[in-house]
Amino acid sequence: MSAGTGKLDVLVTDIKPINTLVKRFQFERADGRPLPNFSGGAHVVVEMKDDDRMRLNPYSLMSSPLDTSHYAISVRRDDQGRGGSLFMHNQVAVGDRLVISYPVNLFALDLRASKHLMLAGGIGITPFMAQMAQLAANGSNFELHYSCRSRSLASYAQEISAHYDHRIHLYYDDEGQQIDISTLLSGQALGTQVYVCGPRGMIDAVCSQATAAGWPDQAIHFEEFITPPTGKPFKVRLARSDKTITVGEHQSLLEAIEAAGIDAPYLCRGGACGQCETDVLSCDGSMLHNDHWLTEDQHASEKKIMPCVSRFEGELLELDR
Amino acid sequence: MVAIMSDDTPEKSIISRPMYGRLSAGNSTHHLFVADAEGAQAILDMQVPNASEFYSRAHIIYIPRDSGNRYLSSLQALNAKQFYTGPSIATALQRLQQTLSTAHMGLQLYLAGTEGLIGQAMQVAMNAGMDYAVIQTEHRGSRARRVQCVHCKGITEDVTTQPVTCSHCGLLLLVRDHYSRRIAAFQGVCINAEDPSYVPEKQEIFK
Repeated sequence: MSAGTGKLDVLVTDIKPINTLVKRFQFERADGRPLPNFSGGAHVVVEMKDDDRMRLNPYSLMSSPLDTSHYAISVRRDDQGRGGSLFMHNQVAVGDRLVISYPVNLFALDLRASKHLMLAGGIGITPFMAQMAQLAANGSNFELHYSCRSRSLASYAQEISAHYDHRIHLYYDDEGQQIDISTLLSGQALGTQVYVCGPRGMIDAVCSQATAAGWPDQAIHFEEFITPPTGKPFKVRLARSDKTITVGEHQSLLEAIEAAGIDAPYLCRGGACGQCETDVLSCDGSMLHNDHWLTEDQHASEKKIMPCVSRFEGELLELDR
Repeated sequence: MVAIMSDDTPEKSIISRPMYGRLSAGNSTHHLFVADAEGAQAILDMQVPNASEFYSRAHIIYIPRDSGNRYLSSLQALNAKQFYTGPSIATALQRLQQTLSTAHMGLQLYLAGTEGLIGQAMQVAMNAGMDYAVIQTEHRGSRARRVQCVHCKGITEDVTTQPVTCSHCGLLLLVRDHYSRRIAAFQGVCINAEDPSYVPEKQEIFK
């Protein structure tokens, strides 16, 4: 398949449980050469061959961009999910070969900033791990506010607190601690950029409060990879390929298109990058849009769909693919 | 021989030539205005839904220049929380710099008036960490340009003619539309380097 970015053959060289939900995976290039350079905030897409099924899930790189001898990702186990995280947790072992994509950064730092204000929720800490390593190395000013469910589930909290000291602020839900977003946003000097990665509610709260306080869009950065939602199976007509396919309950539209042998474009597979945007030729039913890419008007127009995360309910959907 | 460019339609120029819009009241708790001369009218013309509340959180820095006190009473009637008038752009820029050094994210900056004022205030704001793309601007009044001579790097203020004599090194300069946000000036290039005996007549085109 040539869609997406170039591929890298890697070996799994270390797997470390971080807590009851999160495991850290370390990859080195199978041919022993250094991995490609990346910048903090980048992700890779990991290919998982699970019997006859191919899963492609994006994970933020959390290792230091200054060290390309290896990459590291962290995977939070989701027992109710579509199975990608369970595959990583249960079936991947040290010494296995995996294929990953080249790194792509959809959550890049704005290096003109006088200060980087970071807000992380849960596993949303991972891109900040790489960004903080990058910023610390060149003496940049940053501050991280990290909200976790509990001390025992606070991945990397102790490690980063020890390393970055007063720059790290921790909040534990089960101890009634919450990030005071509006106070935090109201006192930031000109030139500050804000970054948020975590659950949808947290991203929405930060973005809406920053906008209401007059922060320009250019200074507000967020990343949320949406897991493709499950739903009722539906039929799709692929006009250019002259094929009709059925998208299964636990399959995304993009995965069904790929399973039919069609080389469709993608990068993030999480509704953020815009790469898989597809023209809709006809729609007898209703589209279930789940992406961050198309505008509300585009969603309403029923002329475009992002097959990585969006679904359809109705008689027939016809795409220009 | 170099053709002399007309500045009648700055909108149809090269990409670096600054474009200006219309001021519109932004959504914030702090508003900062910097205007010179006829730029005052841009502030006065701006539609503000809840004006008394809006201006209670506003700071206006105004340089009357040739307009004297034509706009002063109207601007004062807006009842801004802070109102400052200064004798020159240079003094106002000092005040702007000081204000921005303690300002917070969310501040809305509005610049109105001559290109020289807008460009220099934007330069100060960019150095204070603001993104030029979020600064509102509206051009009013003179089209006189701030020009940097590419040869001696000296800046000549309020240039109205094409070509213009560099006030530092004396070369005769073609004023280009090529603009630098970093320097806050248009580029001036020697118009007769190959043949110094060629001395085109100066025309007043940046009025």
